[in-house]
Amino acid sequence: MSVTKEQVRKIAEVTRIDLSDEEIEVLLPKLNSVVSEIKKLEEVDTEGVEPIAQITGLENVMEEDEVRQFEDISALVKCSPLAEGSFIKVKKSL
Amino acid sequence: MITQLSLTQTHEKLKSKEISCVELVQAYVDRIKKYNDDMNALVAVNEEYALEEAKQRDEGGGFSHPLAGIPFVLKDNYCSDESVSQAGSHILDGFQAPYDATSVKRMKDCGAIVLGKGNTDEFTMGASTETSYFGVTKNPWDLERVAGGSSGGPAASVAADLCVFSLGTDTGGSIRQPASLVGCTGLKPTYGRTSRYGVMSMASSLDTIGPLTKTVEDTALILKELAGRDVQDSTTADVPVPDYLEEIKKDVKGMKIGMPKEYFVDGMEEGVKKSIEEAIDQLKSLGAEIVEVSLPHTKYALAVYHTIGPLEISANMARYDGIRYGLKGEGAEDLVDYYRKVRNEGFGEEVKIRITIGRLIDAIGYADKFYKKARKVQALMKRDFDEVFEKVDVLVCPTSPSVAFKIGEKTHDPVAMYLSDIFTMPINLTGMPAISIPSRPSDNLPVGLQFIGNQFEEEKVLRVAHQYQIATEWASMRPEM
Repeated sequence: MSVTKEQVRKIAEVTRIDLSDEEIEVLLPKLNSVVSEIKKLEEVDTEGVEPIAQITGLENVMEEDEVRQFEDISALVKCSPLAEGSFIKVKKSL
Repeated sequence: MITQLSLTQTHEKLKSKEISCVELVQAYVDRIKKYNDDMNALVAVNEEYALEEAKQRDEGGGFSHPLAGIPFVLKDNYCSDESVSQAGSHILDGFQAPYDATSVKRMKDCGAIVLGKGNTDEFTMGASTETSYFGVTKNPWDLERVAGGSSGGPAASVAADLCVFSLGTDTGGSIRQPASLVGCTGLKPTYGRTSRYGVMSMASSLDTIGPLTKTVEDTALILKELAGRDVQDSTTADVPVPDYLEEIKKDVKGMKIGMPKEYFVDGMEEGVKKSIEEAIDQLKSLGAEIVEVSLPHTKYALAVYHTIGPLEISANMARYDGIRYGLKGEGAEDLVDYYRKVRNEGFGEEVKIRITIGRLIDAIGYADKFYKKARKVQALMKRDFDEVFEKVDVLVCPTSPSVAFKIGEKTHDPVAMYLSDIFTMPINLTGMPAISIPSRPSDNLPVGLQFIGNQFEEEKVLRVAHQYQIATEWASMRPEM
């Protein structure tokens, strides 16, 4: 399995990163280098082995579904580069 | 010099009023002004804030808590309300969090003072701080070499005495490897021993919060305050916190220390090998029993890590969209175009590589083959460690196969860089605690000795590390600057 330009283009679309063709050219050999390492997993005999889910054995840590108010909501809004008053103004999506 | 003192030594001086908190903080600020431009360890410095806090500590008096008035550095991915947090990335341009991470709060509640933010590889993805948007952090022992990564800034700050201690994060070795390369002490606790709330996630099942210090004794002190359940981080464990400071005083006579043979293969630098072998002889003379053990699946750690890691990374990086925080996108036609432009401009190459690998692995036809497979091999790795820990108390090995490499030496191929973490990655995959402390330097460059323990057995790891440290002189060495 070798990574193709088409695969990278599709992934860039899904991950919302505007990669140019030149950037994809640069990334491709590096991606293939990493994938070559990952492919070594194929040699391991994992017959009968369950995939590990949580490394310290935690299960279903529950919490009451209570509403808690953050003390300073305006401070959160101010973090946005698109803040206008108490709103965050974004580009049209349709 | 006051800035060479450990945390416990500094505390004694503050308590006895031999030095005021303002004098202490000023001394560190002066060192930062003198050395940081060349080193680039700190990407934000809170001079005014820190001195104001110091004044308050002096007026409040007491210094009863060991951490009161102690200036420390936070890795740039920690949210804290007194300075910007940019995770070494352009996409978080100017972001200042309106709250403190739990780990920061725990330190501040004890009276510690945030001096500034330490440089990191972008979103902690790297082993040299070379992917930081703010430039590389240079090794105080040789400015042409890296300080390691991703906690290069926090590590270099401690090693160069620009702070008393720092807090970093370790996902594949990012506390231990830089500690090894700059010659300070760095602990990665058990996954879930410390709280990640308010620390920007890279790979959520692997990230761990930990301290970088001048001594193991300092580590024990800080860990006592950092450790423990946090309701805001559901991955923290409800396991009692031992009295680490008492535990480290116990000697190592009769302790069984395993030497995993897979960590002593060719490919290690000769100087590193000699340093570690000498340390192992030292441990024998302290009364420990050295046992050869095997961790057969070690060689797959890189493959497992770079399968699971990128998948989690791609999910964690989705929130950086130029809407809620950070970089403002320009020239977009609509919302999706906005995301695309911000993320392409805001993210560096390594982040893009890992996001892409993450999505690739999850694609139809590959998820079972790679991701599920990786989780099975991870289970086998855990089993290797569990079996070994039935026979020994802790493991000993090198932290890094080499001393600090030259800036630019490994940036041509991602895998070359990934191999720097070959001895640290497996431990993140099994959730275990591990520490790196200085052993004999090689050609005047620091070498790191690593001790690994079973989950939630930090007290054994700290005990061996401390006993070795007080029997040797390496922790007191400082770079000539």
